Amino acid sequence: MMRDAPISDRVVVYERPQALADIHTHYCPGCTHGISHRLVAEAIDELGLNDRAIIVASVGCSVFSYNYFDIDACEAAHGRAPAMATGLKRVSPDRLVFTYQGDGDLASIGTAEIIHAAARGEPVTAVFVNNAIYGMTGGQMAPTSLPGQKTTSSPFGRSTDIAGFPIRMSEVLAELDGSAYIVRRSLHNVKEIRRAKKAIKTAFKVQMAGLGFSMVELLSTCPTNWGMSASDALTWVADTMVPYYPLGDYRVIDAVKDL
Amino acid sequence: MEMLKGNVAIAEAAIRVGLEAYFGYPITPQTELLEHLSRRMVELDRPFVQAESEVAAINMVYGAACAGVRVMTSSSSPGISLMQEGLSYIAGSDIPCVLVDIMRGGPGLGNILPSQGDYFQITRSAGHGDYRPIVLAPASVQEAIDFTVLAFDLAEKYRHLVIVAADGQIGQMMEPAELPAMRPLRTARPDWALTGKAGREKNVITSIYLKGEEMEAYNQRVQARIATIRTAEQRWVETDTEDADLLVIGFGTAGRVAYSAVEEARAKGLNVGLLRPQSLFPFPTERIAELAQQVSGILVVEMNAGQMLEDVRLAVGTSAPVDFYGRMGGMVPMPDEILTAIEDVYPVAIR
Repeated sequence: MMRDAPISDRVVVYERPQALADIHTHYCPGCTHGISHRLVAEAIDELGLNDRAIIVASVGCSVFSYNYFDIDACEAAHGRAPAMATGLKRVSPDRLVFTYQGDGDLASIGTAEIIHAAARGEPVTAVFVNNAIYGMTGGQMAPTSLPGQKTTSSPFGRSTDIAGFPIRMSEVLAELDGSAYIVRRSLHNVKEIRRAKKAIKTAFKVQMAGLGFSMVELLSTCPTNWGMSASDALTWVADTMVPYYPLGDYRVIDAVKDL
Repeated sequence: MEMLKGNVAIAEAAIRVGLEAYFGYPITPQTELLEHLSRRMVELDRPFVQAESEVAAINMVYGAACAGVRVMTSSSSPGISLMQEGLSYIAGSDIPCVLVDIMRGGPGLGNILPSQGDYFQITRSAGHGDYRPIVLAPASVQEAIDFTVLAFDLAEKYRHLVIVAADGQIGQMMEPAELPAMRPLRTARPDWALTGKAGREKNVITSIYLKGEEMEAYNQRVQARIATIRTAEQRWVETDTEDADLLVIGFGTAGRVAYSAVEEARAKGLNVGLLRPQSLFPFPTERIAELAQQVSGILVVEMNAGQMLEDVRLAVGTSAPVDFYGRMGGMVPMPDEILTAIEDVYPVAIR
C-alpha cells in the first residue's frame, strides 16, 4: 500500500484563490457561475489586486456575489451596477472596480447604464454572465433568450412577433468609442474556460492602465431553468448559444496589445 | 456678502465645505447648480459627471458615497421621482448622502415654476421601504447656503440621507448672502468605506437582508436612529407667537411670504404669529402642539394642495381649528392673498 508523501514533499497544484471567500454558494449544481467566480478570483490574485479590488454585485443570481469574493463589495439596484461602479471609480481611480452582472441586469433593465458607462470610457470592467434566462426569479424570458426558447414567460417559445429579438451586447458596446476591450467568451469547455480567464485578466489590466471601458461576456449555463442536465446544458451552449452569440474579440484598441 | 443666485449659492457652498464628487442631470429650475459645478469641480480637479439620467446620477452618488466621500446630487421634482429607487437603496445602506431638490410645479411634466408639491414624496420614505430622510427647507439664499452646510454634517453624523428642499423661487432668485470659507478636503475615509481591504477584513455595503428577523432588526435600528433625529434635529423659527391668537404656519417661500402678511396683520392690530418649519422632517410637532393650546386658530399656507397640512393636523389634533390657504401649479401667493386668508379666519380664531 502506498503511503502519502511527507508534507514537505507535497506540491500545491490547485487551491482556492485568495480572492474567493471560503464559503458555500447558493448556485445550483452544474451552473457555470462557480467557474466564472473562480476565474475572476484567479485574475485578482494573479494581478495582486486583492487589497485594491471592489466588486459591485448586481440583481439576479449573482446578487450574493458580494459574499463570495474576499474583497470589498457592494450590492447595486437592478441594472444600476455600472452607474454605481462609475461613482466608486471616479473617487477611487487607483482601485480595481468591476461589476458582475447577468443578462437581465445588464441587457434589459440596465441598458442605459451599461451603454453610457462604455460611452464615457469609464475605466471599470463588467463581467457579463449571459445565460439567456432570468435565473433568480425562476426562469423567465431574458432579453438574450433565443428565438423559440421556452421559458416560464414564453411558454410557447420566444416569439419574435411578440417579444422581438435578442440583444447581442458585445456587438452593441463595441460600437462605442469609449470601449477599450469588449470580448465574448464561453464557459462550456476547458479550452474556452482558459480563454475566458485570459480575457478577464486582460480586462482588469485594461482598467488599471486607464485605457477605457472593458467587458467580458461569458456564455453560461442555467441547467435548472433550462430543464437540462449539467452536461446537456454545456452542449446547448456550444450548439445553440454560440451560433447566435459568436465568440470573439469585438473591440480591442491598439493600446491593449501593448499591455 | 455678495449677490448670489440660490442654485449657484448651494453649489458653491457645497464646494467650500468639501464636496468631493457631484453627479447630476440637467432639469429646470435646478440647472444652474449643475452648471456651476461643471466648471468649479473641474477647476478644482474633483469628479463631476453629467449622468445619462437621474436614475444613473443617484446610483453614481450611491457608489461614491460607498467610498466614504462627501457627495451630492441635485434635481427638481420629476427628477426626484426618478431618483426614488436609488434614494431607498442609499437609505437602506446607512451611508451619508445629500440631495438638493429645487421643486417645480406638477404632477407630470408640470412646469418649471416654483412649487412645494414634493412635500409628500420627500418627507415620507423617498422611495420604497420604511424610513424618513432628514428634510431641510430654506426660505432665503442665506438659509439655502447654511442648510447645505448643515446637510453634510447631519448626513455624516447620522449616516443618513439628507434632502435640502427648496422651491424653485429659492433656486432662481438672487439676494445678498455670505458663503462659508473654503475648507480643505478631508484626506481620510471612514472605516466602513469601500477602499479595498488593505490591512483589514473586507467591507460590504448592501441593503439586502433575506431573513425576516434580520430585516426587522435592521428596520428597528433605523427607527431608533430616526427617533433620535426626531428629538434632536427639529428646527423652526417663530415670529410674534407670544401673544398670538392666530398662528400661521408655512415653510420655504410660502413661509417667507406669510411673514410679510403677518407683519401687515399686526399693523392692523390682529394678534397673528408665524411659525416657519426649517426642518420638514423631523417636523416641529411638539412646538406646534404647544402653540395649538394657546391660539384659537391655525392657518397653514403652502404652495401645494395641502401636504404639510397633514403634519400640522397630526400635531394639533383637536386643540384648535386648522384652515388652509394654498396655491398650486407654480403659483406663488402674494402677501395680500395671505392677509385676506388671515382676515377670513381671524374672527373665528378669537371667537
